[in-house]
Amino acid sequence: MGRVVLVTGVSRELGQRFARGLTADPDVDRVVGVDVTPPRGDLTGVQFVRADIRNPVIAKVIAKEDVDTVVHMSVVATPDGASGRASMKELNVIGTMQLLAACQRAAGVRHLVVKSSTTVYGASSRDPAMFTEDMAPKRLPRAGYAKDAYEVEGYVRGFARRRPDVTVTMLRCANSIGPRITSPLSQYFRLPVIPTVLGYDARLQFLHETDLLDVLRHATLAGVHGTFNVAGDGVLMLSQALRRLGRPTLPLPGFAMSSVGSVIRQTRLADFSPEQVAFLTYGRGVDTTAAAEVLGFRPALTTAEAFADFVDSLGPGLVAPSRLALEAAGALDRAAARTSATTELTGGGRG
Amino acid sequence: MADAEIIPLGTRGRPGRGTGLDKPSSAARRLAPGRAAAGRRGATDDATPPADAPAAATGEGDSTTAAANGAAPVAATGAGATGATAAGAGPTAPQDPTSAPAAGAASGPAPGSPDAPRAEPVDGAATTDPSDAAAPSAPAAATRRRTPGIPVGDWISAIGGAAVEVFGDDGEQRLAELLAFLRRRVTGDYVVDEYGFDQEVAERFFLAALRPIAEKWFRIEVRGAENIPTDGGALVVSNHSGTVPVDGLMTGVAIHEHTGRFLRPLGADLVFKMPIVSELARKGGATLACNEDAERMLSGGELVGVWPEGFKGIGKPYADRYKLQRFGRGGFVSAAMRTGVPIVPCSVVGAEEIYPLVGNVPSLARLLGVPYIPITPLFPWLGPLGLVPLPSKWLIEFGEPIRTDSYEEGAAEDPMLVFNVTDQVRETIQQTLYSLLMQRRSVFG
Repeated sequence: MGRVVLVTGVSRELGQRFARGLTADPDVDRVVGVDVTPPRGDLTGVQFVRADIRNPVIAKVIAKEDVDTVVHMSVVATPDGASGRASMKELNVIGTMQLLAACQRAAGVRHLVVKSSTTVYGASSRDPAMFTEDMAPKRLPRAGYAKDAYEVEGYVRGFARRRPDVTVTMLRCANSIGPRITSPLSQYFRLPVIPTVLGYDARLQFLHETDLLDVLRHATLAGVHGTFNVAGDGVLMLSQALRRLGRPTLPLPGFAMSSVGSVIRQTRLADFSPEQVAFLTYGRGVDTTAAAEVLGFRPALTTAEAFADFVDSLGPGLVAPSRLALEAAGALDRAAARTSATTELTGGGRG
Repeated sequence: MADAEIIPLGTRGRPGRGTGLDKPSSAARRLAPGRAAAGRRGATDDATPPADAPAAATGEGDSTTAAANGAAPVAATGAGATGATAAGAGPTAPQDPTSAPAAGAASGPAPGSPDAPRAEPVDGAATTDPSDAAAPSAPAAATRRRTPGIPVGDWISAIGGAAVEVFGDDGEQRLAELLAFLRRRVTGDYVVDEYGFDQEVAERFFLAALRPIAEKWFRIEVRGAENIPTDGGALVVSNHSGTVPVDGLMTGVAIHEHTGRFLRPLGADLVFKMPIVSELARKGGATLACNEDAERMLSGGELVGVWPEGFKGIGKPYADRYKLQRFGRGGFVSAAMRTGVPIVPCSVVGAEEIYPLVGNVPSLARLLGVPYIPITPLFPWLGPLGLVPLPSKWLIEFGEPIRTDSYEEGAAEDPMLVFNVTDQVRETIQQTLYSLLMQRRSVFG
């Protein structure tokens, strides 16, 4: 008998692709997709139920469809639409509470997969270089997505305690990046001139969007209990990433950064929350040993490769400065070639 | 008060005989040879950019105003206007210092005398003055414009030649390497480790910049370099002194010189809080001094440096020099025990004298959130010059490694054992410091 998987948040790009990908799996009988808004894209093979996870209707859906695996992907980092942050918090926290309450009552539920984020570790100057799963943030997040994720994790832990028979897999994913993903960080990298914090260079880790889908699928099917950091191998410094991106940067002192951030936020070019400023100041690294050894998952792409794919996707039209950088690099190459040629000549003359 | 009052006579207190107006009186203008209109024009032109003013004025009139300028003592009645004209002509004068004094000298003996033969040279000098000023500047501009016109090939061959001169016969290869390096930096095509350590930058910039300081300024003498393990994890524990953590940098240089390994320092959280410093620290291989990072680095086989005295050691007054402070809470020992790596005691003599800390401004330090504001004999009195460290003679001795892998499992959880090992390391360093001090002939020797 195959599995019946309920996926929340299928109207978002990532949820949609994940649910669709899951239908192709032979182990999965049915995929039930739940979201408040109807999906815009293709959801072939996915049974869509328009329901709000913020109210108890979700319990009926779980009972009626005989769901045994719940994949919670509705913890979102990007406020969507006009309602902004308030509805985002509502969806993240209240939605999770209702969903978990429903799961607790549903005897058939055997697996729960929650997509969390490495944001729960925060970002500060007192952070260790690499967070392992058992480390707590040095400073509790006070607002925004980080706080949501932190609270969601608390509820999930509570659920795991109350239903020890359910395998709970919590995936703390590093910032996902890729050609099709929209996140605060990808919006940041799409800015024409990229503000950075003067005098700091953050360490960044990325997870490619295909790896994100893969790890969710892997966790759904493998059913390994525990919390796991998921990130591409290696670390990129922010300055290094920006050089690879080839966009002009604008280093600002820390205090100016937050005001610039709020301006950018108001223009809706990018979501520039205080926690993101902290992240871009101090950066964050997570240890992925447990994911490799216990969960048995290794991202296919390293941090650098994932970022390279993202850079490629931005297209040549947008990244004129990158061509400039490449030109400069080419000039350096030609200069190097010519130098060796001329010095050979002069060397020959002297000899 | 009343007895000190000065009653101006006639001139309303202004020096000279005039009315105090800032324009020459009509009588004064009439006294000056040439047309009055020219004089007035010259005066009004002062407001316009000065370089052209004398040139724009018509020939003779101009020369006469110029002459009047030169002969300021004589035409003192027009002090305001002529002074201003002279000042106006000033900016052009420095362009050709030879003609300007010539004009002054020529006009000196010919004040107000309208005789043509003598006025002619003056006229010539005065009119050529601005044109002279313009003339050299024009060719100069032309050559400046020509400068970028040097073919790129010439530049390259010049650089290539220079590289051969500077780097020797493998110059072109070295230069190609340098260019490849620059290319990697520009495109971000380099690798950093998970702590943000950028080996390329550390080798090419940090170590390259610090090496001459270590060799020429502090004349560092290293002893016991054979005690540094050439591979595998090890913990170098050193005393800390010198107001600014120069000793950490120098120990890193010394270790790299003798073993080719990079010392990975553990820094206080203040280091990572400060802008620029935090960036450089991470690039240079440092990480936060916490148990997680220390154990991670040690089990990763790195050579980790730790200064357990911390700010207490580095910011102690000069009177307490070479007296070891408390060695933290012994966290470094438990980290070494858990990972089973040897502890290499390191004693640095000489760093205490680079910035002798004779005072502190605790209130300002609290305000700025730093542990201390140093007052040294040279800082802040000499400003930036006071930041130059005194050239003391340095001795660095690495002691015999203290093994920690012989302790049984869970030894790190035994506080008494940890304290004992901590004291052992501390005593070793203190004794070595005393013996090194005995061997040192003088502070600057």
